[in-house]
Amino acid sequence: MELLLQQVMAGLATGGIYACMALAVVMIYQAIDHLNFAQGEMAMFSTFIAWQILQWGQPYWVAFAAAVVLSFLGGIAIERVLFRPIHNAPILSSLVAFIALFSILNSLAGFIWDFNIKPFPTPFGNKPLLGALIGTHQAGMIAVTLGMLGLLYLFFRGTRLGLAMRAAAANPESARLVGIRVGWMTALGWGMAASIGAVAGMLIAPVVFLEPNMMLGVLLYGFAGAVLGGLTSPGGAVLGGFAVGVIENLAGSFIPYVGRELKLTIALVLIVAVLMVRPSGIFGRRVVSRV
Amino acid sequence: MTTQPKEIGAPEAVPLVPEEAGIALARPGVRPFAIGAAVLAAALVPLLFKSFVTFQLTLVMVYALAILGLNLLTGFNGQFSLGHSAFYGIGAYTTAILMDRWDIPYFWTLPAAGGVCFLFGFLFGLPALRLQGLYLALATFALAIAMPQILKFGPLESLTGGVQGIVILKPDPPFGLPIDADQWLYYFTLAVLLVMFAAASNLVRSRTGRAIMAIRDHPIAAAAMGINTALYKSLTFGVSALYTGVAGALGAIAIQFVAPDSFTFLLSVSLLVGLVVGGVGSIPGCLVGGLFVLFVPNLSEAVSTGLAGAIYGVILLLVIFVMPSGAAGFARLAAVHLARFNQARNRFSDGRKK
Repeated sequence: MELLLQQVMAGLATGGIYACMALAVVMIYQAIDHLNFAQGEMAMFSTFIAWQILQWGQPYWVAFAAAVVLSFLGGIAIERVLFRPIHNAPILSSLVAFIALFSILNSLAGFIWDFNIKPFPTPFGNKPLLGALIGTHQAGMIAVTLGMLGLLYLFFRGTRLGLAMRAAAANPESARLVGIRVGWMTALGWGMAASIGAVAGMLIAPVVFLEPNMMLGVLLYGFAGAVLGGLTSPGGAVLGGFAVGVIENLAGSFIPYVGRELKLTIALVLIVAVLMVRPSGIFGRRVVSRV
Repeated sequence: MTTQPKEIGAPEAVPLVPEEAGIALARPGVRPFAIGAAVLAAALVPLLFKSFVTFQLTLVMVYALAILGLNLLTGFNGQFSLGHSAFYGIGAYTTAILMDRWDIPYFWTLPAAGGVCFLFGFLFGLPALRLQGLYLALATFALAIAMPQILKFGPLESLTGGVQGIVILKPDPPFGLPIDADQWLYYFTLAVLLVMFAAASNLVRSRTGRAIMAIRDHPIAAAAMGINTALYKSLTFGVSALYTGVAGALGAIAIQFVAPDSFTFLLSVSLLVGLVVGGVGSIPGCLVGGLFVLFVPNLSEAVSTGLAGAIYGVILLLVIFVMPSGAAGFARLAAVHLARFNQARNRFSDGRKK
């Protein structure tokens, strides 16, 4: 029983990382209808920017704020320069453009800041909490993720801009007819996703250490979490992220023999099994198209 | 007006070739002639170039075949897959195990690899029927992640060789032909490639092929017309896996080595890039894709080692900007413009005669 509790808590702690990323993934999916394969690398790049500002001797929160703002502008710039011109291209072509962006950011980060792993500070400290079941950083990370989720909910439900962004994503043509600047709403979605990614990156970096390849695994589990929870539901994505972490941990310790070596595979197979029953994710809306 | 939700697994249908383009590109007699010339040129390559170039071009054909497999599934049937590295790996391992453990001649391992992959693909296609677009992408992604782990899995080590993998020998040319092993393998691969490309192009033009494409363009309408969508989708998954598996088998023979980490998710991404660069839904485009997958990473490495990834990305972006629907779409567009230009010129000279 104690082992179970320990493993669930450890799973929640790793799940917090995936949940952060899943939230960023779903945000951009809402805005542009694509999964952004370069999301993890954008987050990694933002984290490096924060690290650089810290190296220049600025306090943590200055670096944090600067990274969030710069990422917001960077996200908008990427949309305007790279993705605006090809927004009518076939969907697989935009996917490949994401892969290209991934490759560019990864290589640039390695070129500027090299591939050695670097420690990244945490604002929450690293003391054990709840009888050593979870660290303060993990708890802080989970709290920040849930906080961002709440803020996003308020933004999309409660502000004019949020409403406009939802309209632009749901029905671009009608949105344009009522005077919403759909192109800028998409760019804004990119900016917000980049900012959320930056926060996620800065929370994840103390755990996995900072290096250009740090986000690859995290992003993939973030995707898995987002898809499991349902791509149309930010709350579902966060829950999905936590679920992936917990399932991965439990499979590793409770399925004898096979578990440890194949825990990742088992987790993914379980997710696919869930999708068999709920093909649009657990909390996802079924998209119905008119024939 | 309702906009159709975009699904990643449903690439927009290839625009129909306008009549005028048909005149320029597929004038009866031109196409067989062009194919014949290309085959002749391909047959001469090993005699004119160094054996390393021959080896590289063998790999280009292997990738082209693997991309063709993915294309049958994605381009013609509208199902998305990130798991084709797994089928490639299964094909490669089938060949390696048969050659190394049971001393089966290399040419018999190809049908075996194809058969095993067809079975795996078909079985995987059954649960995949419930999933669409990104959800299908996740399921196939799980396959891609699982494969290297399963190949390394302890209890299977006596068969797969674990992390070390399996080393196999390069086959010698038969009948005492005066060519070396690389050249022979090139011709062997070329022969397999020709047979399989011909089979694929016949398949997509047949009744079955039209059913497969109808499912891509409109699953509900296809079902209403009496097409058994479940059966055709699973079968397409099987055939697609078969193609990629045979490519994997040829790749294993060419590289003479298989190891779990050669068949990761990154291979799936490469195949996907090749598919898009060549042209989704185009059979000759797969060759362009194969060339891109093999040579562009090397090229960017040669330009700058430190920034190789960035250069690769920039090249990829340029390709997407210039040819959003791949090399095949670009060629189609060029043909249309050429035909228009010719028509305008003819009209002009006709006008002058009168």
